[in-house]
Amino acid sequence: MEKSIAYAHGHETKVFVAINTFPRAGREQIWHSAVDDSVTLGADALILADLGLLAYATDRHPLVRRHLSVQAAAANADTINFYAREFGVRRVVLPRVLTIDEIAAINREIDCETEAFVFGSLCVMAEGRCSLSSYVTGASPNLNGVCSPGSQVAYRECDGKLVSELGGFAIHKVDRSEPAPYPTICKGYFSAGDFHGHVFEEPAGLDGSALIPQLAMAGVTALKIEGRQRSRAYVGAAVRNLRRAIDNYAAGLPVGESALLHLSEGQSTTQGAYQKAWR
Amino acid sequence: MILPQRVSLSIGPVLFNWPAQRWSDFYARLADEAPVDSIYVGEVVCSKRLPYYLDAIAGAVDRLQRAGKTVVLSTLALVTLPRERRDCADMVRTDGCEIEVNDISALAYLTGGQNFRVGPYINVYNESTLRYLADFGATSVCLPPELPLASVAAIAAEARNLHLDCEIWAFGRIPLAISGRCYHARVDGLTKDSCQFGCSRDHDGLGVQTLDGKDILALNGVQTMSHSYCNLIDDVDRVADTGITTLRLSPHTCDMVAIAQTFRDRLDGKIGAEEATACVSEICGDVPFSNGYLFGRSGVEMIRKSP
Repeated sequence: MEKSIAYAHGHETKVFVAINTFPRAGREQIWHSAVDDSVTLGADALILADLGLLAYATDRHPLVRRHLSVQAAAANADTINFYAREFGVRRVVLPRVLTIDEIAAINREIDCETEAFVFGSLCVMAEGRCSLSSYVTGASPNLNGVCSPGSQVAYRECDGKLVSELGGFAIHKVDRSEPAPYPTICKGYFSAGDFHGHVFEEPAGLDGSALIPQLAMAGVTALKIEGRQRSRAYVGAAVRNLRRAIDNYAAGLPVGESALLHLSEGQSTTQGAYQKAWR
Repeated sequence: MILPQRVSLSIGPVLFNWPAQRWSDFYARLADEAPVDSIYVGEVVCSKRLPYYLDAIAGAVDRLQRAGKTVVLSTLALVTLPRERRDCADMVRTDGCEIEVNDISALAYLTGGQNFRVGPYINVYNESTLRYLADFGATSVCLPPELPLASVAAIAAEARNLHLDCEIWAFGRIPLAISGRCYHARVDGLTKDSCQFGCSRDHDGLGVQTLDGKDILALNGVQTMSHSYCNLIDDVDRVADTGITTLRLSPHTCDMVAIAQTFRDRLDGKIGAEEATACVSEICGDVPFSNGYLFGRSGVEMIRKSP
């Protein structure tokens, strides 16, 4: 990690370290060490979600930049101002449940920076407040830092179709010729009363690249690309494309067509909650 | 056998969209008959529902207080709209009732030194977070339902040191997620802003089944819940051993007075585990139960105690 941070710094790139699981009771020392080590190794900011860990970092490393993780689900200006006041938070990663108008309104009421997801998965639930994964698999983002872990995924054939299962529950069924989406509960195919379909969300990824001008106008400081549990090729392609779009926007040019469709979940994309009709 | 300490019972807020009359009748009966100490009142799930029973709240609170119950007002779990922020701020500053905070924004509205309770929608996963909230004025905490027993025990021990009550989700469908999007509206082909209150059809939530017909979840507007009812009736002794001070029973349309009486009798040692378990099953009818989270397993699982 020390070498990686030095390499990044040598290329004028900052390194923010996400320590955004919720420390396990009785074992908090592990998380405290992660905070201390990241500071010692030169991290430019810590991305935190847990109140206790924020308090620890604020107390021990008051001069190190603290960002509020999306896992803290700070969804309104009062909450953001609370974190800024209590823990000196300098930037907040916004949950994926807000419209662009709401983001603009939040930015008018706060003093810290905001960062918005522009590409990656689409969490349809308030992040850091979702136990769907642990209900079915025993492991959750909050407890384990994972959602729908691969160890609990199984694929089986049934009547010529490919069925995807998570924790023993059948989540999807597709023709053998179609791509099978990764089975997360919130993108699953279910029945609810007379409704049969994707009750929560289609298996689509978030691509907000076309909204870069609107996000910039709304006062967003940084765009976030989801990189966790992703390959180097994925991250490289996503970053290159979005960098070009941002540079185009900064130069007064159109941001251009998104070239990222092939990287998205189920090879389809949505602008998610950024459009109000999504709700 | 009498269990080592007196564990109290609470009734959580009604999470479903009940008609105002059902809502009022429910609290009237709790006031008269339920052997519980604390009762939580208020709209936690969707601010659009509140106008339909807002006028009934003062009457319910008054009746419960006259019956000697401690009444706690619960805040909304996901506060985003300007109107929701104003309502939450007003509620936190209301005199006469304790407040249960279910969204961090409510902390921002508290005046210095004001006491409050921490609801199950606030992420209290460890002792440091509990200490932070205690410093801020918290007097009790209801732990997130996904915590395993080891975490429950560690946090309950810290709560005892800090003189906080520590509550655990012991009965009822488990709140698993909250969203900006309304899923009742979605299955009706509508959106949250244009919803026709489809959630009012389902007084215990709308069951969700997988492709092969297995029950998995339940929809409750913007909230997603477990299909199974969490049920710790068979685990009350091990939960009491951790130092948990209160068991929370979450309202359903089944006979909640009978559910509370069964938990009370079991806690008092008046009935054994087997009888209590059978009692709860009979009261609830044909619903699956779960307690897997307590054992660090999938929440959906039901782990039977070895004989």
